[in-house]
Amino acid sequence: MDQIKSGKIFSELAKAVTESQVWMSSFRHGYADTPRNRVLQIASNVWLHLHPVKIQRHALRIKFTWCMGGITFLMFLVTVVTGVVLMFYYRPVGEYAYYDMKYLQYDVPFGMLMRNMHRWAAHSMVITVWLHMFRVFLTGSYKAPREFNWVIGVFLVTFTLLLSFTGYLLPWDQLSMWAVTVGTNMARATPFLGHEGPFAEFVGVSPRYDARSVLLGGSLVGPPALLRFYVLHCIFIPLVAGALMIVHFWRIRKDGGISGPL
Amino acid sequence: MAQAVKKKVEGPSADKVHVWPYLVRLEFMCAIICMIVLTVWSIVIDAPLEEAANPTKTPNPSKAPWYFLGLQDILVYFDPWFAGVVAPSLIIVGLMLIPYLDVNPKGNGYYTYAERKVAIWVYCFGFLVLWIALIIMGVFLRGPGWNLFMPWEYWDPHKVVALTNVDLPYAFGIRTYNAAMIFGGLVVGGYFVLGAMVYFFMERKALKNVGFLRMFLKIQLLLIMVGIVVKIVLRLGFNIKYVWVTPWFNI
Ligand code: HEM
Repeated sequence: MDQIKSGKIFSELAKAVTESQVWMSSFRHGYADTPRNRVLQIASNVWLHLHPVKIQRHALRIKFTWCMGGITFLMFLVTVVTGVVLMFYYRPVGEYAYYDMKYLQYDVPFGMLMRNMHRWAAHSMVITVWLHMFRVFLTGSYKAPREFNWVIGVFLVTFTLLLSFTGYLLPWDQLSMWAVTVGTNMARATPFLGHEGPFAEFVGVSPRYDARSVLLGGSLVGPPALLRFYVLHCIFIPLVAGALMIVHFWRIRKDGGISGPL
Repeated sequence: MAQAVKKKVEGPSADKVHVWPYLVRLEFMCAIICMIVLTVWSIVIDAPLEEAANPTKTPNPSKAPWYFLGLQDILVYFDPWFAGVVAPSLIIVGLMLIPYLDVNPKGNGYYTYAERKVAIWVYCFGFLVLWIALIIMGVFLRGPGWNLFMPWEYWDPHKVVALTNVDLPYAFGIRTYNAAMIFGGLVVGGYFVLGAMVYFFMERKALKNVGFLRMFLKIQLLLIMVGIVVKIVLRLGFNIKYVWVTPWFNI
């Protein structure tokens, strides 16, 4: 009773929990605000350890980075999480795809919200990655020693657009089918490799066998194209983009952290 | 600038802070704010879903996703092999080359206009005008038949726009096919050769430091970018369709 009244029970309880085997195996250091713990928070945490433990003070300035790289990454993570939920309900088959979208919107609990968040996060990501790139250009951060990270970045912006573009087809409605038709029609004008492109006659490509038909799995945007775009959208491009992001973050550290006037 | 000089004196390690908590808490705040905005946005505005895909019913206008509408707009002035394939490839390659072509050591890691005027002008023109402005135009002002409509105008699918375009050699009075082809080739080739020569002459002092290859690539990419604008002006101002017509491709 005394223990409860004096509140000592809470510290006893806290002690029992934080000194238990389960706790100590999960968290390897205390939370007290000591310099040592500040370092350990970063260095011993798998999610945070891509950060250095210390950075230049100016790298904190929102006016400098606009926080745009980070927001781009956040938007990517949102699309990954909501995308997995959508994948539970969506089948990339000509007969089903559109009706699965309807089902998602009208019958699946929070289905509409998941779809909206996925789409708006994807569109935001396109905008924020452009702004990030613009900021990196304006601060001259692509200059030595960060040339290589800029090149990785150009791959990333390309893959961001391709991710968005391949996803655009999946609702399988008029908007998506014709936008992708307009987009992929360009491929038939590829020099040498598209059947309407310059010099195609020297290569011998045909409407059924050229750059565009490889992309679409046929000569128009039909069910094979839907399947191809689905696989590219959900597996191939996210994996490549994710791998490149890891390299991107790693290089920021190895290039000496965020660029600054030093 | 004064700040930059002061930092230099202090040395790089003088002003370091712990990432935990100073950076992590910023990232956390930023993430929370973004998630709130995104969630509210997603509750309020629904993603579009039109009627089921129908390959027999072509909408007019058919638009690519909005982020490609700049390229789609260039299609008015160039054939698809350029606007849809070569131009995007050149954009990607050109962007990747930026760090290797821009050898100005100044302006690394801070905002400055005065120390890198040309670089900033070129990038801003490419990004804000040729990319963003064309996208805005493509989204809001391009209607049926890819014709221009002001926001208050009705999107009339039967709007008739007189096409009186001619090719550049024709405008100069050249009537035979082969002569026109040679003339067009000379104009296009001359543009690139002369442009490069003028550039090399004006920047002849930089040649030793910057190097021939760098300067050559830089001016070619610039000439292509400016060339796109020239073509747009030729079309809109002088009704020129192609500058160079060959059996294989037209520019
Ligand atoms: C999926 C896309 C991308 C993600 C998630 C991403 C993420 C990040 C993050 C978190 C940073 C730290 C600083 C900041 O937030 O500004 C950063 C820095 C940087 N990014 Fe990106 N980025 C992406 C695309 C790009 C692109 C398209 C470019 C350029 C073409 C680029 C070039 C750079 C460079 C050079 C730095 C170092 C900046 C400095 O030291 O000041 N990144 N990126």
